Amino acid sequence: MAEKKQFSDQALREIEAIAASYPVRKSATLPLLHLAQREFGFIDNEVVELVADTLGVKPIYVEEALGFYTMFHRSPGGKYVIQVCTNISCSLLGSDDILSYLEKRLGIPRGSTTPNGLVTLKGVECLGSCGTAPVMMINDTYYENLSVERVEGILQDIGA
Amino acid sequence: MAEEILLKNVRIPGSDKIDTYISLGGYKALEKAIRTLSPDEIVEMVKKSELRGRGGAGFPTGLKWSFVPKDVPGPRYLCCNADEGEPGTFKDRVIIENAPHLLLEGIAISCYALSIQTAYIYVRGEFTLGAQRLMAAISEAESRGFLGDGILRSGFNLRVHVHRGGGSYICGEETALLESIEGKRGEPRIKPPFPAAVGLYDSPTVINNVETLSNLPYIIMHGPERFASIGTRRNTGTKLFAVSGHVNKPGIYELPLGVSLRELVFEHAGGIIHGRKLKAVMPGGSSTPVVTSEHLDVKLDFDSLAAIGTMLGSGAVIVMDDTTCMVQVALRLTRFYRHESCGQCTPCREGLGWMVKILEGIESGKGSPNDMGLLIDISSEISGKTLCPMGDAAVIPVQSTIRRFREEYELHFEAGGCPLVQARASVG
Repeated sequence: MAEKKQFSDQALREIEAIAASYPVRKSATLPLLHLAQREFGFIDNEVVELVADTLGVKPIYVEEALGFYTMFHRSPGGKYVIQVCTNISCSLLGSDDILSYLEKRLGIPRGSTTPNGLVTLKGVECLGSCGTAPVMMINDTYYENLSVERVEGILQDIGA
Repeated sequence: MAEEILLKNVRIPGSDKIDTYISLGGYKALEKAIRTLSPDEIVEMVKKSELRGRGGAGFPTGLKWSFVPKDVPGPRYLCCNADEGEPGTFKDRVIIENAPHLLLEGIAISCYALSIQTAYIYVRGEFTLGAQRLMAAISEAESRGFLGDGILRSGFNLRVHVHRGGGSYICGEETALLESIEGKRGEPRIKPPFPAAVGLYDSPTVINNVETLSNLPYIIMHGPERFASIGTRRNTGTKLFAVSGHVNKPGIYELPLGVSLRELVFEHAGGIIHGRKLKAVMPGGSSTPVVTSEHLDVKLDFDSLAAIGTMLGSGAVIVMDDTTCMVQVALRLTRFYRHESCGQCTPCREGLGWMVKILEGIESGKGSPNDMGLLIDISSEISGKTLCPMGDAAVIPVQSTIRRFREEYELHFEAGGCPLVQARASVG
C-alpha cells in the first residue's frame, strides 16, 4: 500500500507559524493549500483530508475552497505549467496567436498536458502585467513581452 | 516634470531593501506620526488631503476611516487590497515589488491613526515575487523596530501579515476579500453592515488599496495642503496610470489627477502603434464604459470621467486602435466576468452565460438584429440586481460598446459575421 501523505516536519513548523498569524485557525486554509500543492504537486482527496486534519476543520470546508480558487489543482500537472493570459490587453496584442502557436508546437489543445508529462498548457484570465503584454506564467514565474520567437526560445530552454 | 509621490525611488537598484529606503528618507513619516501627531490629527490630515481610494471606487479615504466606531472594544483590522485583478491594471505590482517599504510605512501610519494592531496584505496568488518581497520587507522592518511590538520605542504595536490569494478576481471586492482571509470561498457579503462596523472576524475593519495607503507617508511629511495642491479640487494628488493596449510605450505613468487623456496617450504613452488611429479607450479598467476619440480632451480624474458617463476606476487605460473589433472586445470581457462570477446571484451567474452565447452568435454570423435589444434587456436585469458591484461591472462592456459602436454590431448582422475577421481573411 502506498505511504500515506504527510507534511514534513519542516512544513509542519511553517504551518504553525502561518496559523499563528490569524486569530482563527481556519484562516490558514489558503496558505495551507498553497503549501500542500508545493509539497505534493496537487491536491487530491487524501491531501484534502490531510489539510482538513491539520486545520482542525471538516474536509468539506477545504473542498469548498479548493473548488473555488483557480490556482489549486486536483490532479497532477506537467513539470511546467504554462498559463497564457488571454484577457483584453494581452488579446489586443496577440495572445491568441501565442496560445495557438503553443498548441501546435506542443501538439496538445489548451487545458491539457503533453503525453510525456512535461508541459501543461492553459489559457487564463488577467495576470496583472498588461503593460508588458502578451504575458504568460510558467509555474511561479512571469514571462513578459512575448512573441512567437521568444516563446520558442523559452520552450527550448525547458526542453519541450 | 510633475512631482512623483509614489514612483520617486522605484528605479533605484535595491529600492525594495530597507537600507535603500531609509537612506532616501524612508520611515521618517512614521516617526513624525508616532512622535508628534495624535491618531485623530492624522485622520483629520487625511480628510483634509481629500485623498480618494485608488482601488477603483474613489471613495474619500478620510471619510471611510471615520466610519470605524471608536467605542467598540476588541480587535480591529486593516486589510490592504493587493489583489490587483481588474483587467488592464498593473500599477500596484510596481509598489509591491519595488517599493514594499513605502507600502508598509503607509500601512503603519494608517494603523496608528486607527488604533489597529493587526494588518493583512491580501496579495493575489499569482504575484509570487511580490509576496516574497513583502514578506522580506516585513522581516526587515520588524528587525529595525518599524513594525512589531513597541514601534520606534512607543506603545504602538503592529503585526503585518501577507495573505496570498488563490486565483479569483472577485476576491478584489472588499467583502469577498474578507471571506477569503477567513478561509472561505470568496463570496461577497451583503452590505450593510459595512466592514468598518462588521468586517474581518466580525470586527471593525478598514480595507484600502495599495496605492491609497502608499500616499500616507507623503501626506504626513509634506502636509495635506501640499498633497491637495496637486491634481484638481476634490480629485487631489497623483495617480498611477497603467497604460496598455495599442500604444507605443505601454507602462505606468504617475501624473497629477486631471491630466488629459490626450496627453497621457499621445505624449506619455507615445501614441498609437503603427501610426494607426485611436478607436476606443477604457479609461479605468475593463469595468469602465468605453470612450472614443471625441473624448480625448477629458480630464482623467474621478469627477470629470463620471461627468461623461464613465469612470476613473483603477486608472487602467486600455487603448484600442482601428483594427479592433468592439464586438470581440465585448465578448472577451463578458466571458471573463462569467468565469469570475462567484455564483451567488442568479442574474449574474445565469445572465452572463446567456450574454456570452448571444455574443458568440453575433461574432460568428448567426446573430440577428433582435440580439442587441436582448443583450440590453438581460444587462438591465443584472445591473443593480446583484449582491455585489461585479454584476454592474460585468454588463458594462456590452452596454457601452452597443452605445458607442452600434453600427459595428449592425455590420456583423449584415456581413454574416465579423467584418474585420473577414477583411483579414480576404487579404490572406
